[in-house]
Amino acid sequence: MSTSQKAPGGAMKETERIQAGPGPGRGPFGGGMVAQKSMTFGPSARRLVARMGPDRHRAVAVVLLAVVSVGLTVIGPRLLGLATNLIFSGVFGRQLAGTTKADAIAGLRARGDDRLADLLSGMHVVPGQGVDFTAVGHVLLLVLAVYVVAALLSWLQGFILNGVVQNTVRRMRSDVEDKLNRLPLSYFDTQPRGELLSRVTNDIDNVSQTLQQTMSQLLISLLTVVGVLTMMVSISPTLALVALLTVPVSMLLTRQIMKRSQGLFVAQWRRTGRLNAHIEESFTGHALVKVFGRQAEAEEMFARENDELFKASFGAQFVSGLIMPLMMFLGNVNYVVIAVLGGLRVASGTMSLGDVQAFIQYSRQFTQPLTQLASMANLLQSGVASAERVFELLDAEEEPAEQLEPLAVGGRGEVVFEHVSFRYVEDQPLIEDLSLVARPGQTVAIVGPTGAGKTTLVNLIMRFYDVDAGRITLDGVDIATMRRSDLRGRTGMVLQDAWLFEGTIRDNIAYGRPDASEDEILEAARTTFVDRFVHNLPNGYDTVVDEDGGSISAGERQLVTIARAFLADPALLILDEATSSVDTRTELLVQQAMAALRSDRTSFVIAHRLSTIRDADLILVMEHGDIVEQGTHEELLAADGAYAALYHSQFAQALV
Amino acid sequence: MLIRILKQHLAPYRPQLAVVVLLQFVGTMAALYLPSLNAKIIDDGVAQGDTAYITRTGAMMLGVSVVQILCSGAAVYVGARTAMGFGRDLRAALFHRVGSFSSREVSQIGAPSLITRNTNDVQQVQMLVLMTCTMMVAAPIMMVGGVLMAMREDLGLSWLLAVCVPALFLAVALIISRMVPGFRLMQRRIDSVNRILREQVTGIRVVRAFVREPLETKRFAGANEDLTAVAVTTGRWMATMFPTVMLILNVSSVAVLWFGGHLVDEGTMQIGALTAFLAYLVQILMSVMMATFMLVMVPRASVCADRMAEVLDTTSSVVHPAEPVTELAGRGELEFRGVELTYPGADAPVLRDLSFTARPGETTAIIGSTGAGKTTLVNLVPRLFDVTGGGVYVDGVDVRDIHPETLWSRIGLVPQKAFLFTGTVASNLRYGRADATDDELWRALEIAQARDFVEAMPDRLEAPITQGGTNVSGGQRQRLAIARALIRSPQIYLFDDSFSALDLATDARLRAALAPVTTTATVVIVAQRVSTIIGADQILVLEDGAVVGRGRHEELLATNPTYQEIVASQLTAEEAA
Repeated sequence: MSTSQKAPGGAMKETERIQAGPGPGRGPFGGGMVAQKSMTFGPSARRLVARMGPDRHRAVAVVLLAVVSVGLTVIGPRLLGLATNLIFSGVFGRQLAGTTKADAIAGLRARGDDRLADLLSGMHVVPGQGVDFTAVGHVLLLVLAVYVVAALLSWLQGFILNGVVQNTVRRMRSDVEDKLNRLPLSYFDTQPRGELLSRVTNDIDNVSQTLQQTMSQLLISLLTVVGVLTMMVSISPTLALVALLTVPVSMLLTRQIMKRSQGLFVAQWRRTGRLNAHIEESFTGHALVKVFGRQAEAEEMFARENDELFKASFGAQFVSGLIMPLMMFLGNVNYVVIAVLGGLRVASGTMSLGDVQAFIQYSRQFTQPLTQLASMANLLQSGVASAERVFELLDAEEEPAEQLEPLAVGGRGEVVFEHVSFRYVEDQPLIEDLSLVARPGQTVAIVGPTGAGKTTLVNLIMRFYDVDAGRITLDGVDIATMRRSDLRGRTGMVLQDAWLFEGTIRDNIAYGRPDASEDEILEAARTTFVDRFVHNLPNGYDTVVDEDGGSISAGERQLVTIARAFLADPALLILDEATSSVDTRTELLVQQAMAALRSDRTSFVIAHRLSTIRDADLILVMEHGDIVEQGTHEELLAADGAYAALYHSQFAQALV
Repeated sequence: MLIRILKQHLAPYRPQLAVVVLLQFVGTMAALYLPSLNAKIIDDGVAQGDTAYITRTGAMMLGVSVVQILCSGAAVYVGARTAMGFGRDLRAALFHRVGSFSSREVSQIGAPSLITRNTNDVQQVQMLVLMTCTMMVAAPIMMVGGVLMAMREDLGLSWLLAVCVPALFLAVALIISRMVPGFRLMQRRIDSVNRILREQVTGIRVVRAFVREPLETKRFAGANEDLTAVAVTTGRWMATMFPTVMLILNVSSVAVLWFGGHLVDEGTMQIGALTAFLAYLVQILMSVMMATFMLVMVPRASVCADRMAEVLDTTSSVVHPAEPVTELAGRGELEFRGVELTYPGADAPVLRDLSFTARPGETTAIIGSTGAGKTTLVNLVPRLFDVTGGGVYVDGVDVRDIHPETLWSRIGLVPQKAFLFTGTVASNLRYGRADATDDELWRALEIAQARDFVEAMPDRLEAPITQGGTNVSGGQRQRLAIARALIRSPQIYLFDDSFSALDLATDARLRAALAPVTTTATVVIVAQRVSTIIGADQILVLEDGAVVGRGRHEELLATNPTYQEIVASQLTAEEAA
């Protein structure tokens, strides 16, 4: 992992975040993906198909079944044509005078009816005899059998393919899930969150939709085109050539329209993104918009963006909507030409009526899959573009794999930094040659202005990032040689932004130790004063909270996360602004509870409020990645340095 | 709900819809005429050997095709315009409605959900309208027309229609009725898979810190399996659809030939009519399939419509006054009289019997424990919520009687969660007052202790701000939010825990700079740190929604046990003494 990829976690770097705005908001159903132009359609599409690898036997079966079923379906009209011929001949025969076909033709020619004679010479007619319904019945029974078998095979094909597709999508989702667990934190820092979320949700959804909607159709349509063409050639190469002409014309038409609609779609989704952004902003900042009296401006801007979106989406839908009618028109022209040419040829006796009828049916069957392929092109393009974005995520560099043996470290939590250097961005030094010792059981407080590197320091202990130089040891063992899970399993961390997942308060506390008993959970909740506010909630511990909170206040959320760490009962405790939204009295009470928890373990505490850290065994004052002062509260006050200045700014007035 | 929304918001497009129906009618009729002409080619041309008739009829078919494409092209044009216009109007209606909401309604439904409803949900219904205009309208016309044309060709076979059409209809309806609940379930499971992934991305540090990757993987795998299971089931029904439809279609063709053949043999039917009948049957069945298939879209669209209707039917709990007061005489005196606030459904009030007066030129501070109702109290002033008892008065007038614009123009709010808008530093500051000059901006920045870092930005006042202000640190965001309120030079300042992300030195400097510019204003500060409010003229100690102490720092320190506890939690005993 190159250091240049890293970006700070807590405090954000303006230059990096500014360019990385959230992507256009897209619907969960991926309709919004149409705009994305795939960079490398071919390779990504192949890779997507290759992902069906584990199901390849079933995939081969699907193709074989499809070939047979389409083949049978395609033969159908030809056989029906035979039946038509039999009927036509019968009808003709009944009207004819004479005893043989030759007689009849001669008779016709004698009457000067050459054209009918030509027509007749192309048919199998027994004059005077009506329709041979035994033969017709046989043919129709055969057709029926063919159709039934084709339907069964087609159903089996769809059934198996469905399994393959769903399996492939399921695998892709779980691959992404596994990947998320293996990515270094720096990846999450550098990727705009909305963008990453969009990949793991919208894009995967879109891929799955595309696979479900197109795979079966694509296969059937392509095979049908080939099969139908074969049949047409076998009936009449000349007419087949006419039908074949529609292929390049329809491809040309589709391309022309797609070229135009692609740009319009891009505009549509760009506009959608902009409107989304405006709506999101207006709704999340709802209170501000109101109090600052900006409702009218917000509506005005909305109306503008909304209108732009209307224009763009109208254009896109109109142009792309023309594909269907145009293809239908093409099909109709084809139909007309074949009807006329076929009619002429039947009239001249070079072709049977049944063949023409079959041919007309084939030409219908021929243009229909072409239309389908054309209308799928957009969907397919968008699906592959999404797949590409998912592949990009799957290809991202991972945290170095660990082949380490689990270590049974049983120390009391001594943390030593030895000449540690670290920087997020190559040319911006942050922590340089930092050394410190936290003895077992000590409470180490870290204070200093924003951006001094306080959060970075504790992130290094957690190995959220690896040091560039020097080493950090826990109970004498270099943490770089420990498995991350072993290291983190001994550490409890409470972060500034209180993350709760959607679930009950009980579940959220139990997250600290999933095997904890109900009593232990309640004990943790009581100690951290969660119990107090939970009692005022309508459903108590079963109250469902979510990511965005809502039902409980910011301070209460923090208390829940503290309860979680409390329950985990770690050897090393890290509190990063863990109580910033909790009122100071509650905080004090929590602290007293934590003091008991802290007594036999090392803890690191980051806080703005100096009251929070006054009783720490060791206070580190950080500035620009350096420790500029260290000592106890009294020592530092006596030294009258940076800490003393900070302290007095907070308490000077109180001391009067 | 879906029907109501369509009815209501498609009403202005009635003429366009009529045109679409007309165009589709003509287009469909043209399409239906083709097999009839083809039958003529066979019966009158081929059978009679009349080649001139064949080419003449061919030319006519071509003409009919041209009419058809012109009609369907025009239908796509009008349809796309109508559907997109409908979507635009619906979005505007939703946006406007949400704009009228108070914070209560917004938090009830939740901003993320409101956003989805205003964008994705509209899109779903809009697509339904578009598909209806461009394809679905044609289906019933095609069906009725097809039946009529087929019967015109021959009445003897029409009983076949009476068998095939309902058979197909039933088969497709049966399959779809199996699929619809699956689709609904699938949508819910997709949501939960996405939610878990979302939570893992947002909570990645916590997951790693607690080494809960295996747990998360298990949680995800469960959701993934659930989703796959329902997707496989609905997928199977979907896979059944195509072969079933094709089978019915094909069997019908066979039946037509068999029974038709007999009719032809008896001389009651012409052979061309047989071919035409076959073509009509295929067209009718196709249209039945299409119409039924499109019904798949309806359940999703109706879920979306329900969600939109919920928004459109919600009325703001904060109602604008009928005869608003637009002139306020005073200088921004703020008074709470016996205020009580109970959230709907809650047993206990959040605030009760709360009375105090915040006078111009004075600073009123509010301190209290987590969940005591401090933020709620602040939000009552600009009517983000309305009281359920008592009243809030500005210059002696109940805020519920004041014109909102008038009220808001008096208030400078700095919310607990400093929120910035996309744009630049300057555009965010001018949110406070649109016509502020650059000099005024710099002055506000200086007071808010934000001048230094804004000057350090490459584009200074024009430095870009991303959505929500995520590209500046929490402390910087708070200072910009304070500057934004300062620009407004309001009569009433409301600082809701607005200094929490600032380090202590900055906090102190900011408060010192703030003092001279707020000498005539009413200042209300919610705070956690005693140091922030130590100089306040009046401190209210809030506990469980009620005032348990009021007075200056020294008075409270001497007499109020709760305040003493708060101070003691921040200072050691000897320091506080």
